[in-house]
Amino acid sequence: MTTTLEQESTPVAVVPEQERTMSIVMIGHVDHGKSTVIGRLLADTDALPKGKLDQVREMCRRNAKPFEYAFLLDALKDERSQGITIDTARCFFRTKKRPYILIDAPGHIEFLKNMITGAARAAAATIVIDAREGIQENSKRHGFMVSMLGIRQISVIVNKMDLVDHSEDHFKQIQSDYTDFLTEINVVPVSYIPVSAVNGDNIARRSEAMPWYDGPTVLDQIDGFDEPQDLVDFPFRYPVQDIYKFTEQGDDRRFVAGRITTGTLNVDDEVIFHPSGKRSRIQSIELFNTPDRTSASAGEVVGFTLTEQIYAHRGELMVRADEQQPHVSTRMRVNLFWMGKAPMVTGKTYKLKVGGLRSPVKLVEVIHVLDASELTTVTTKNQIDRHDVAECILETPKPTAFDLENEIAPTGRAVIVDNHEIAGAGIILESVISDDSTLKEHIQAREFSWRTGDIAPQERASIYHHGAKMVVLTGAVGVGKEELARALEKRLFYANFKVYYFQTANLVSGLDSDVGSEFRMEHIRRLGELARIFTDSGQIFITAVTDADDYEVEALELLNQPNEVLVVNMGDSSFGKYESALMLDANPDTKQAVKQVCQLLKEKNVIQQYAI
Amino acid sequence: MAMDHLERLEAQSVHVLREAYREFKSLVMLWSIGKDSTVLLWLTRKAFFGHCPIPLVHIDTSFKIPEMIEYRDRLALEWNLNMIVGQNTKALARGDTFPSGKLSRLECCKALKSEALKHTLSGEWPRQRLDHELEKYVTDENQDPYTGVIVGARADEEGSRSKERYFSPRDKENDWDVSDQPPELFDQYKTDFAPGTHVRVHPLLDWTELNIWEYIERENIPITPLYFDQGEGKRYRSLGCYPCTTPVDSTATNVSEIVEELRGGKFSNIAERSGRAQDKEDEGGLETLRRDGYM
Repeated sequence: MTTTLEQESTPVAVVPEQERTMSIVMIGHVDHGKSTVIGRLLADTDALPKGKLDQVREMCRRNAKPFEYAFLLDALKDERSQGITIDTARCFFRTKKRPYILIDAPGHIEFLKNMITGAARAAAATIVIDAREGIQENSKRHGFMVSMLGIRQISVIVNKMDLVDHSEDHFKQIQSDYTDFLTEINVVPVSYIPVSAVNGDNIARRSEAMPWYDGPTVLDQIDGFDEPQDLVDFPFRYPVQDIYKFTEQGDDRRFVAGRITTGTLNVDDEVIFHPSGKRSRIQSIELFNTPDRTSASAGEVVGFTLTEQIYAHRGELMVRADEQQPHVSTRMRVNLFWMGKAPMVTGKTYKLKVGGLRSPVKLVEVIHVLDASELTTVTTKNQIDRHDVAECILETPKPTAFDLENEIAPTGRAVIVDNHEIAGAGIILESVISDDSTLKEHIQAREFSWRTGDIAPQERASIYHHGAKMVVLTGAVGVGKEELARALEKRLFYANFKVYYFQTANLVSGLDSDVGSEFRMEHIRRLGELARIFTDSGQIFITAVTDADDYEVEALELLNQPNEVLVVNMGDSSFGKYESALMLDANPDTKQAVKQVCQLLKEKNVIQQYAI
Repeated sequence: MAMDHLERLEAQSVHVLREAYREFKSLVMLWSIGKDSTVLLWLTRKAFFGHCPIPLVHIDTSFKIPEMIEYRDRLALEWNLNMIVGQNTKALARGDTFPSGKLSRLECCKALKSEALKHTLSGEWPRQRLDHELEKYVTDENQDPYTGVIVGARADEEGSRSKERYFSPRDKENDWDVSDQPPELFDQYKTDFAPGTHVRVHPLLDWTELNIWEYIERENIPITPLYFDQGEGKRYRSLGCYPCTTPVDSTATNVSEIVEELRGGKFSNIAERSGRAQDKEDEGGLETLRRDGYM
């Protein structure tokens, strides 16, 4: 036996050849012959398992069906019975040059989401067009999708040339028509290839029937596609997938985990986490069973430890301090493709996934909807229907960190989840800077119609001998927020103040019982609304929020208007830029801490100097 | 420095594993003791910086080659794995198996693997957990169902697997609707589920048999010696139950010889699972089993 059970074995450097598999997606309108092209390519390059061709021929004979190359790919019974390719079938195959994954994307519009899956994994695309039928709806729609997904290498295969007498004029006409279309969507195909897949013409061997064609065969073309480049020469981007600590396993290191999508990072580099704005420095680059290293680049899944322990969260975007910073905004303009069964509508809350972030998101405005097949735009729609491509404005409750797709593609791409399903996919075109936000609009409307009884705030203050205030205690779990809140409430209460300590846990079982735990910002919003009521009644409203960030406090301040919020931070600051009114140590001496908060309330003229 | 093909595969798998760990509270990984799921286990240690925070489930048909069980427990103790074993004890007690002559091969697979897996995951049947202090298996008190299951399926193994996603939902009956697979793009997977949905996670989807062996060689991953020729000119290419698994002709005695063998194209026209007799019983043997929850 030659193996060992050593915990940390040394990796052996064995990479004899640079075997990089290229993924190519084959798309086209239904029945234009994609599967036949792939089947033929496999058969003519001897890529089929032994006996497979005979087995399929035999099965066709038994079932009294004419043999088709497409059957080779239709590995599932269901599919053969329907005669269509149901899902994105991947097919492993190699030429003399390199290994490939050919992705056979279904042509039926119902299966467009499968086509997206296939195409999103591909480095290049071939679009198959039936010479006899010419350009059809999906020839256009798919061309558009592929360009939106960021695939720049596209080859157009004009199939079934045998049915149009191998006519060069016919081929040129399709080439000309389709080029007109592709030009409109900024796509320049690398080649047009006339083929007859049934006869194997111009698939792996040159066609004798089309001597007028001197371009590449399909095989030449796929070997001619360039490998996708690593995005090393871009600013460093690292969507934080998670933060790990394996204390129980006796490991005290705190790991930031994710995948570098672009750029390079070195030990000692200063990093910023967005949107929190927290800063730290890289202490080490970590990956199990790998030699120590001082830098890492795009594509790698290394983890990092930081010199300063800051509370960065999963979902944040880690970037280098000395490079171009991402956009941080609540609104973005996107080009969105919708595959959801229900249309995307305004007012409803969806889930946005960009990089490692998951955030609630709303559709604010539909700028226009593009009919991908006709390339006409409709500006009057206010919802996005299934299979629409729409330019629209999305809004997240808190600022989100992202890039623009045409600048730094991976962090400029997003998906939208509706009812547990990935229903939309989009590219970010612009960060929309606007003073408007759904929250601000809401507060304006709320204040406009806010009604009270006949007692003015000043009257309450003068009878109560103190002003109203929202006091927010924040910090990590276990820093003594609740203890301080209880003590503070007690101290103020027995000094005759109108005070109430509200435990946020009560929200979850009461007011917020209809809100899932993933909608933290909605909990914050309702807490702010509640504070608005309490402070309007002239009380001092105390609450504790774990790890509040800049945007949450900003929202609370907005919601609690016209009254103010006083923030006390305990332990390490949970903020990026926001400055708390008071910084206390974690688990401070309670008596002393209560005194400090009371002093602060005096300074803010909430309570009178002599009152306590 | 540009990444090579193994580093890319590794990175993709690690990304999927971390995503699964982030999104699923009751997550397990199936460990068949074979080369693929052992690579998967190694990748988990990659993803979590040497640790394996995900429990491992092994379905013991009682017909596994004994060295496999010994190897399993040795690694489990050494790598501090949270090891869970399930079994269809009733079928075994009744002798409802293929070797006893009562069941066909496929029926036996269904009973000892698919059924055992289904009920072990659901918590309906008792689970045995490795107690690291006692160094033996004890009945697991935890009966909560596992709804997220990581498996080592590869797309090149079998036609039916090429339709898979990294994250693939099954309904409560473990059914797999091939015509309604979720989209996967921009490194985003379907990770939102209605309560009760079961999810299969496939981090090895893009790997080939050769990739697996290249990676075992590069990382020096301990692997059961059943894959090597022990001097009889035969070795196992795919490991299963001994009554239904036959070795292939090969004189490869170590990992690098297997890599050479595969690279040389020795098996390029012979299906990897050709030594697994249950696949041959009907036209879509594995497909039928997969619909029933077989891995």
